[in-house]
Amino acid sequence: MPILLHCHKGIGPAVTGVALVAADNFSARYDLDRIKGVFSRPTHKLAGQSYAGRILVLDGAKGGVATAWMLHDMAARGVVPRALIFNRVNPILAQGAAFGGVALVDRFDGDVTQLIRTGDVLRVDPAGGVVEILNRNERGIEA
Amino acid sequence: MRLTDEEKAMLAGELGEPRRWAIAHQIAVGEFFDAADFVPVSQAHIMADTESLGEAGTRFFESLAAAPEADRRVRVPTITDPRGVDFAVYRRLGQTPAMAALETRAITALRAFGVLMTDTCINYQTIMASIRGDHLAYGDTGVVIYSNSMFGARSNFEGGPSALAAALTGRTPRYGYHLDACRRGTKRFRLTATPGDLTEWGALGGIIGATCGSYWEVPVIEGVEAIPASDALKHFGTALASFGSVALFSMPGITAEEAVFDGRPPAAIEIGRSDIEAFLARYAALGDKLDVVVFAAPQLSLFEMEAVARALDGRRVHPDTTVIVATSPEIKHAADRMGLTSRIEAAGAVVAQGICFYQSYARELAEANGWTRLMTNSAKLVNIIGGYGYQPTLAGLERCVASAVAGRVL
Repeated sequence: MPILLHCHKGIGPAVTGVALVAADNFSARYDLDRIKGVFSRPTHKLAGQSYAGRILVLDGAKGGVATAWMLHDMAARGVVPRALIFNRVNPILAQGAAFGGVALVDRFDGDVTQLIRTGDVLRVDPAGGVVEILNRNERGIEA
Repeated sequence: MRLTDEEKAMLAGELGEPRRWAIAHQIAVGEFFDAADFVPVSQAHIMADTESLGEAGTRFFESLAAAPEADRRVRVPTITDPRGVDFAVYRRLGQTPAMAALETRAITALRAFGVLMTDTCINYQTIMASIRGDHLAYGDTGVVIYSNSMFGARSNFEGGPSALAAALTGRTPRYGYHLDACRRGTKRFRLTATPGDLTEWGALGGIIGATCGSYWEVPVIEGVEAIPASDALKHFGTALASFGSVALFSMPGITAEEAVFDGRPPAAIEIGRSDIEAFLARYAALGDKLDVVVFAAPQLSLFEMEAVARALDGRRVHPDTTVIVATSPEIKHAADRMGLTSRIEAAGAVVAQGICFYQSYARELAEANGWTRLMTNSAKLVNIIGGYGYQPTLAGLERCVASAVAGRVL
């Protein structure tokens, strides 16, 4: 039976995709090689992993304002996460998602980086304020 | 969100496409943060470096800038954050004509909106200080945290698209640091040692920022013994905002407002000399060949420019090391006039204006020049630059300069 996770009403279109989860924070400027589409910051928990087309599930937003532009450019080049799921974001991520047309939700009951596992297949519905786990990665590790 | 008749007219496109796009974008963001309505702003500050904009962002600017002048003109004084390219030095730094061409397109579009090209992240030191209670749409985390904390201004972090939207509508959604409820203290710190130089103030900001780790935390810092200089609080604030995404701090007796806690204050977290030393030690790389030394992030004040000139007087930068000093156009002109630029460049360093290094295609610069080991006195910069492929070292101005002369990390 699908698991439903309720959150605050979000931004962007409803999408389906596979989760990439870490208890870490996010900035497009600080953490990504946006040309190669991988996490490039050596100390990031997702260092070396590809984010293109994945639903990123992370804790919060880092400093910096560049993400507000960068999600738009990443989307235009087709090397962009499918959706962003956070415990709580700052204005920059919300502005970036709104400008770039990228699905974004936050503010769940509980720690979303614990509720969702890497490899879970998710349906994110920002307008409804709900994330559905369609197919649980029962191995609990890399899919 | 509750909309006025004028806001409804903007949304209906009656005031032109740029203002329609702007208010629609602002409503999406405002509703995400449960804003009840809009608040008028007195200034906007746009971060629009071309590395972030990319081709897509530049095209977006150009499409709005093609609207009739009455439709595209900004409604409040609007200034800019550092750009991606300084046309006078970009070839020396290894940037490409394609980067300069994209920059030219973005500047042309920004000017069409009536934006004033200040190209600075230290507008609070060089352009105009804000007033307590002033609602703003500032687009640089260091600018926001300094203005909110030291002047008592009210701004959220407004990324480039949102700052442009605020400039076009003359307002911003009323959420976050526009509201009293968000400006209460949430974490408490007590200093048992006072930071010495600007680097140590940055380190302190990094320590507190990493502990806070959220835009919605407001740290209250007690135990600051003497009034810090503007440059010290600049480095402190930019590092706090960079490491923690923090937008407001309180130092009782020093900041414009003294944040109160909801209920009983939490226990204070003590920060002492050993914490600052441990923070600096994380970036140590004694003896490493040194590729590039950067004084930027934030841009240097006139006093910092003078300190760099003094440290470089009579010395010569090692031929295998590049030294970049970045400041605002206003300070660069002052430094030219006062002979500081020629003193810095006589030692072999590059003085750039209107850029701030990390916003200037840092990854491509590293690849073009073969740079890996970077040394700086900016805690903010060491936090950012690792993701661009650099190995950063954090040290005070004097040690950075001595290392630049030696060509290795001292």
